[in-house]
Amino acid sequence: MAFPRPRPARPELPRKHVRTIECGQGAVRAVRFNVDGNYCLTCGSDKTLKLTHPMCLLQKVNCVQFNEEATIIVSGSIDSTVRCWDCRSRRPDPVQVLDEAKDGISSLKLSASEILTGSVDGRVRRYDLRAGQLYSDYVGSPITSVCFSKDGQCVLAASLDSTLRLLDKETGEMLGEYTGHRSTSYRLDCVLSEQDTHVGSASEDGNVYFWDLVEGSLALTLPVGRGVVQSIAFHPTLPCLLAATEGCVQLWREDTLPAPGGVLSTPE
Amino acid sequence: MAADSSDGEEEDLVNYGTALQPLQEGERIKKPVPLQEQTVKDAKGRYQRFHGAFTGGFSAGYFNTVGTKEGWTPSAFISSRQKRADRTVLGPEDFMDEEDLSEFGIAPKDITTTDDFASKAKDRIKEKARQIAGVVAAIPGTSALDDLIGPSKITIGVELLRKMGWKEGQGVGPRVKRKPRRQKPDPEVKIYGCALPPGLSEGSEDEEDEYQPENVTFAPKDVMPVDLTPKENVHGLGYKGLDPSQALFGASGREHLNLFAADSEDPSNLIGDVRNNRRRKLGITGQAFGVGALEEEDDDIYATETLSKYDTVLKDEEPGDGLYGWTAPKEYRSKKRSETEVKYIGKILDGFSLASKPSAPNKIYLPPDLPRNYRPVHYFRPVIAAGNENYHLQKVLEESTGKLGSDATQQSRHALNASQRREQLGETVLKGPAPSVLEYLSEKDRERLKEVKQASEQQMKAKMLPQQPRNSRFQPASPDDASHKWQMLLGGQLANAGSSDFKPFARDPEKQRRYESFVKSLKQGEKVDTLERYLDPNMTEWERGREQEEFFRAAMFYKSSNSALASRFTRAKYEDDADKVEVPRDQENDIDDKESAVKMKMFGKLTRDKFEWHPEKLLCKRFNVPDPYPESSIVGLPKVKRDKYSVFNFLTLSEPTTSVTQDTNERKQENNSVSKPKKPSRWDISDKEKEKKDSISEFISLARSKADLLQKPPVPTTEESGTKAAETLPSEADNENKDQEQEEESRPSMDLFKAIFVSSSDEKSSSEEESDEEQQPSTSVVDSETTGQAGLPGSSSSNIQDSVAVKAEPGVSSLPASKQEQNNAEEFGPKLPPSFSSGSTWQQETVVPASSPGPGRKEKHKKSREKHKTKRDHKHKKEKVLN
Repeated sequence: MAFPRPRPARPELPRKHVRTIECGQGAVRAVRFNVDGNYCLTCGSDKTLKLTHPMCLLQKVNCVQFNEEATIIVSGSIDSTVRCWDCRSRRPDPVQVLDEAKDGISSLKLSASEILTGSVDGRVRRYDLRAGQLYSDYVGSPITSVCFSKDGQCVLAASLDSTLRLLDKETGEMLGEYTGHRSTSYRLDCVLSEQDTHVGSASEDGNVYFWDLVEGSLALTLPVGRGVVQSIAFHPTLPCLLAATEGCVQLWREDTLPAPGGVLSTPE
Repeated sequence: MAADSSDGEEEDLVNYGTALQPLQEGERIKKPVPLQEQTVKDAKGRYQRFHGAFTGGFSAGYFNTVGTKEGWTPSAFISSRQKRADRTVLGPEDFMDEEDLSEFGIAPKDITTTDDFASKAKDRIKEKARQIAGVVAAIPGTSALDDLIGPSKITIGVELLRKMGWKEGQGVGPRVKRKPRRQKPDPEVKIYGCALPPGLSEGSEDEEDEYQPENVTFAPKDVMPVDLTPKENVHGLGYKGLDPSQALFGASGREHLNLFAADSEDPSNLIGDVRNNRRRKLGITGQAFGVGALEEEDDDIYATETLSKYDTVLKDEEPGDGLYGWTAPKEYRSKKRSETEVKYIGKILDGFSLASKPSAPNKIYLPPDLPRNYRPVHYFRPVIAAGNENYHLQKVLEESTGKLGSDATQQSRHALNASQRREQLGETVLKGPAPSVLEYLSEKDRERLKEVKQASEQQMKAKMLPQQPRNSRFQPASPDDASHKWQMLLGGQLANAGSSDFKPFARDPEKQRRYESFVKSLKQGEKVDTLERYLDPNMTEWERGREQEEFFRAAMFYKSSNSALASRFTRAKYEDDADKVEVPRDQENDIDDKESAVKMKMFGKLTRDKFEWHPEKLLCKRFNVPDPYPESSIVGLPKVKRDKYSVFNFLTLSEPTTSVTQDTNERKQENNSVSKPKKPSRWDISDKEKEKKDSISEFISLARSKADLLQKPPVPTTEESGTKAAETLPSEADNENKDQEQEEESRPSMDLFKAIFVSSSDEKSSSEEESDEEQQPSTSVVDSETTGQAGLPGSSSSNIQDSVAVKAEPGVSSLPASKQEQNNAEEFGPKLPPSFSSGSTWQQETVVPASSPGPGRKEKHKKSREKHKTKRDHKHKKEKVLN
């Protein structure tokens, strides 16, 4: 008899604004957590990266990602290529260039053996290294953001038709569709919550929207700011959200958090 | 003793040796020192041992300490514990004494000539020693044989001279042709080893000449084309297997037997003194070769070869075989040469030798019988396409070819075109591009003409449609329409297309031939069914359709090949390999189908493309993933080579126009609706998506009901279901026309022009204008049709949109391509089915999947099945679309 498993915590959503970090690097184009969620990396329009302690990014390169062992950096850029850089050998040229996309790469994610890219040509491409296959799913409208679900079975793709689609990774079938936010011209992020219970997306109306993953119903609207919420990132283990808007990053936690700012300290 | 005895008396006696000490009285005679106690000292006073085999050979150990109490001490002891790394490797020198390294020691340190550079004149002592050793050895004669077989050594001087161009048999200086000296070697004096450089033997040359045939010349002696054939057998080096016939009988009558060559006719060969008359089979048997079954006498095979049989004196003559120690292969031996020498009369060039094998005689074919009226004079008449532009050229050529040219033109009087007639009449050439007849007409007349044309076209179509039920619905576009359209479109331009010396398919002569006959018949205005017979009958229907389309296009683009430009270019003499481009084997395409699938929210198989993808090995390693294709060297998607400038690489399907119309449509709507302050970014997408969806669902439901109607009377699901279908689906006519428009108006990409740049640009532009002009009235006609039928159930909102788009067309047709691209992702109108995108196939196909009343999922299955059916077609289409 093993220990009884702890009762799964009720799925929580970050409903409370904890702090705003002034990044001072122009418009924050992307904000990301690192693997354990202790740092956040922001990439600003002034081509700088800032690693800040609360929880963590790059420039005309649209998106970057480490692989799990941080041995490869994969970057997707506006020139429609995905480049894999070797961190170990420090070669100046990429290990491999994935130039299958017909238009700029807007988003990319890595899993243990997969590279998931979303391109403005309206396709979600998944390079499976283990199987040696490239799966290309046509969504139609330019993809702004893609992400894997935590269980690795699904792919969430946000596109410029103001729709988030949850696609089955293996077959490409659509499992869910989430609408309600506005995404027509900016590259906005979509996230899955830490327990895969909810789907979140930034919006151009200054809110962050959360939908129930299964039902597809709108669960929460977070008023983040007046401008476009450009980038959001969900903490890998906690109900904790980073949202970048207009040059600053906001940290949102769950309601039950005892003291605001108790866990996190202001980095700068 | 003897000296002692005679001592004193005779002084002239000579003393030998040293006298012993006179014995003292009473002294006993000393005992001789026993052997083991005799010592010898070296130059430095050290004791040298007389050594036996077990005491270490020469100066054994450290000061002969081997075997003594002190034992043997190495030069230095190094504890390997600390200095394991720099442990010195001891060579033999470390165990030698200084004397050994001195001049007369066993390893002299002085600079001496090594074997490589030693003179080949061997020192006699060594030679002698070896001879003796050879006699004494277990197998007598071995060493001598070794010597014989071993490669000859050439002194460094000779080698240097050779490097400078000097060759043996040649004096130093410019080369002189000389006759070969086929000297008979002295049978008594045998030569082995190396001969001296042959300059010494020149004196003998002259006397030998008289033995040679007068009219035969030879390559100079020095050129030794030693044929170094690679060794392919498992025999020993230089050994040639026993050829029984030659070994037993073939060799008889020869002077000598060769040890290694089956037929040894060479004089003074290796074992030169083995006489034929003794008939010993030494040549093959040799030493310890054993007895062959075929050999008759076996008494003598183990006879010892002593060196006395060989010559030990180097004669000052070259061996005469010109081989200088090479055991050259048989081919070079002079047997063949002697034959060919007799046969071949004439000089042999330096550096060449006669072929060992005569080449197979050429088969001679008798010339064909000449016709009676054949005149053996040929006038070159270049093929010039008749045309306005190269009138000058033609004239010049006619002048150059003389009268015959004009003869020819007179003969083909009926084939004259206007320009030729003009030339004959002596009229001046009109300036500027060739005017179209239409340009002389007034605006009104032109329009009227076109209307008449349109009407006749419509009539014709109406007539032909019911006649030809298509058995294949996968044909890209109805060829009837196509051909008519093309014929109309090309019109006069076609007249020149075939006659040009410009070959669009020159790479594929078969295709070019088909193309030419095709165009010729097209010019004569034949119908498509007859046109089809020029196409390759082995092809599938789809391919034929495709090729026909290609021919049409090519005819249009190559029409003006006889232009002034054409004469300025010549065909490339060498094929450049650069006209192949690497194209990914699999392409993502069929945007149409995917688009429609997305519209219907049928994600899954329809929207998914799956490709083989080869990750970089390092990438796999970094991801801790085994390489899925360990043996392949490909990275990325597998690529295939394609023709860079295939016409089909640049033919686009009718998409751009769709987006153009869509664009205008959208613009209109934007203008009407509340215009939002939206930045024109590439992320833009129309926010009309939702409205469109509504219209689509509406359309689908309509289509379904229509399909139900259609299913009751069994209408064959063909591409063209006759005029009736065309009437019931009024949008079809619309689509057709639209399609037609698209094909005509979509400008090919710049690359295409590059590919076939020879065509003149001005003519084309004028033709395009014409086609545009022709087109406008037709659309207006159709517009009126569709709007007239707007009340019918088939006309959905999308149809109305269509017509709107068509109306808006002329104004926007020149939209920049970038705009089109931007809107490429969008879809317009009822472009539903995944598999059929072009032409009139749309409408019918939307009906088919919709006819199954099942909801979403079932529909999808059906779809996918359908997709399977048409998969092959898709493949082709893929190539077509996205090359």
